[in-house]
Amino acid sequence: MAKNILETQDLKAYFGNKQILKGINLAFLSNTVTAIIGPSGCGKSTFIRSINRINDLIPNFRIEGNIIFNDQDIHDKNVDEVDLRRKVGMVFQRPNPFPKSIYDNIAYGFNIYGIKDKYTIDAAVENSLKKVALWEEVKNNLSQNALTLSGGQQQRLCFARALAIEPEVLLLDEPCSAIDPISTAKIEELIHQLKKNYTIIIVTHNMQQAARVSDYTAFFLLGELIEFGKTDGIFTAPKDKRTEAYITGRFG
Amino acid sequence: MERHLDENLTELKTNLLNMGAMVQKCISDSIESLKTLDTSKAKEVIECDEKIDKCELKIDEQCLDLLVLKQPVAVDFRFVTMVMKITNDLERIADLAVDISERVLELSGKPHLKPLIDIPKLTVIAQKMLEDALTSFINQDAELAKEVILRDTEANHLRDLIQEELIKDFIVKDSNSVTRAIPLLLIARHLERICDHTTNIAEYIIYMVEAKIVKHRSSEL
Amino acid sequence: MNRKALNNFWDKLFKLLGITSISFGLLVLLALIIDVIIDGYPRITLNFFKSFPSRKPEMAGILSAWVGTIWIMVITALISIPIGIGAGIYLEEYAPKNKFTNFIEINIANLAGVPSVIYGLLGLGFFVRYMNLDRSVLAGGLTLALLVLPVIILSTREALRAIPSSIREASYALGATKWQTIRNQLLPAAIGNILTGIILAMSRAMGETAPLITVGALTYIAFLPQNPVIIKDSFPFMGISFQGLFDPFTVLPIQIYNWVSRPQKGFITDAAAGIMVLLILTLIMNSIAIFLRYQNQKRVRW
Repeated sequence: MAKNILETQDLKAYFGNKQILKGINLAFLSNTVTAIIGPSGCGKSTFIRSINRINDLIPNFRIEGNIIFNDQDIHDKNVDEVDLRRKVGMVFQRPNPFPKSIYDNIAYGFNIYGIKDKYTIDAAVENSLKKVALWEEVKNNLSQNALTLSGGQQQRLCFARALAIEPEVLLLDEPCSAIDPISTAKIEELIHQLKKNYTIIIVTHNMQQAARVSDYTAFFLLGELIEFGKTDGIFTAPKDKRTEAYITGRFG
Repeated sequence: MERHLDENLTELKTNLLNMGAMVQKCISDSIESLKTLDTSKAKEVIECDEKIDKCELKIDEQCLDLLVLKQPVAVDFRFVTMVMKITNDLERIADLAVDISERVLELSGKPHLKPLIDIPKLTVIAQKMLEDALTSFINQDAELAKEVILRDTEANHLRDLIQEELIKDFIVKDSNSVTRAIPLLLIARHLERICDHTTNIAEYIIYMVEAKIVKHRSSEL
Repeated sequence: MNRKALNNFWDKLFKLLGITSISFGLLVLLALIIDVIIDGYPRITLNFFKSFPSRKPEMAGILSAWVGTIWIMVITALISIPIGIGAGIYLEEYAPKNKFTNFIEINIANLAGVPSVIYGLLGLGFFVRYMNLDRSVLAGGLTLALLVLPVIILSTREALRAIPSSIREASYALGATKWQTIRNQLLPAAIGNILTGIILAMSRAMGETAPLITVGALTYIAFLPQNPVIIKDSFPFMGISFQGLFDPFTVLPIQIYNWVSRPQKGFITDAAAGIMVLLILTLIMNSIAIFLRYQNQKRVRW
């Protein structure tokens, strides 16, 4: 059943005195892809980086409002952010594999959780590499340093690493901005397939990409949510003039 | 912000309006030839159709290029896709003008059964509808387009009147009049079809402007 | 002269100037080394390493000096490395970024630039007098540990800072804790640079004379600190003693300094041989540092 797996209520975020998000109310249906678009500095990265509390690592970062994940506020005292991040995976803008072997990159999620069973880890490594269509390319070189892979392969490895620990939500922060078109196409295909098992939120500067991969689109401007709706609606008939100006390139 | 795409869109708009003007001229020429039974004018219309066909192809090609190269979205997307559909209907209207001219050729050398009254009236309606549709396209005026759609019933009514009169007063009474009555009957149909296509155009313009699909839902207007 | 020729002329002139400067530096260094080798080479024999200093230049050796240097270096390393790396990690990864932390950071950077004799005075006041360690190996090691600590803290911080934040984010995003991230990602990635920093700091400390003289290292010593490994007759045949920590000591540079100040010609030869040993030790340590840095660059590149 489709339900709101994640919801933000009047979410406000600050870096020091600077307010980045000005009260965002958004709900995400499970097993959907939601794209977040908007000009640079509109707060879209801050928004998704708040969802797995990775922004909490930044000094002077502060949040108001609620983020409800599986019916629980993620800032609740009982919620362990380390636990939250296992359920809300993330792939970043630039491929950031650890300077270790391909195998160790994926096994890391298990190591830090104290899982040592080699059989379990081997299976997870193979499985997640297959999911991202990297298995055939690297299966004979699992002990090779991940940094020797091409940019597109590295990014797919980062997807595999995030998927291996089986999160429920996958946050993608401009995952294709630093890689070539072929790899981009592969990743878009991957996103489409992952939708069956995951809820995906993708920040992208590429409007065509948002249109291609997402079911829902949210348009952010200067820290506010201007428009949210089904992607086909946003791209054929946006309701807000600002959305239209942005997606048609009349902005600014 | 100035966009390169705007230049393309303006060019597209100009080309479509040129095509519209050519179609308008075809209609008025064909009706003119009907009034005077001037076969040379009728032939001119038939020749003009070829130019309009080329024009349609050119505009369609421009639209396809824009779609694939500029990947327009939102208002731009609606504009380009609807222009493609409008050219289709405009081309059909030109074909109908040709049909009328062909009927005129059939009628040539024979005096009219009676003075033409209702057919010119229907012509005026059709011409006004097309003109308003094109105006609403120029001004992106959905209200005017809605009016155009509403006027279609009037055209239908008038065509029914013409049909009834031709059948009752001529075809039934005098079998010799049939060869002159049938072309007129068809011309009335052609004119009404022109109104139908113009209605389509108006519907596209409403979608273009308001992103509302009104086709097959005219009762909601 | 046209413009191009003029530019060419200036280019050539600066090139010539640069070559001259470099050759000047290199030539002076080369002359020094050659002079030392010519003077000292005949004294490099096994006996030189096996003998205590002596009144007779031809009998004198560096046994107490090199053993003392090793003692001091080991103690310095054991104390300064864990504290330095720990402090570096705390400052870079754990400490809140506020004015107080900033103040501490600035002061650590300043400490790295404080003349070494000041550390000697601190060591004399605190370790020798206040803690009653006397003129011992331990007091010397602690003093040198203080000297290298800021350098190790700084190089640890630099090494950690050189790791892109994307690696930290990747680790946290997978649900790692702060310590897991430091232990599994940051330290392995930074260790090459940290070690390089440590070795360079240690090789500098090895050549330090002033603080040890201040602390009271002896200039003439004819015995060794007690060997920490004691051979026994009965099981387990071995024991460990820390008594050596409290014995007096000397180190290579002090021994050299002592010989240089003697009037006899023979001691100059001894000093030159001592300098050769010190130079070679420094060279070996620097080579290890360079090797580690190279390995690190080969393994990790972002």
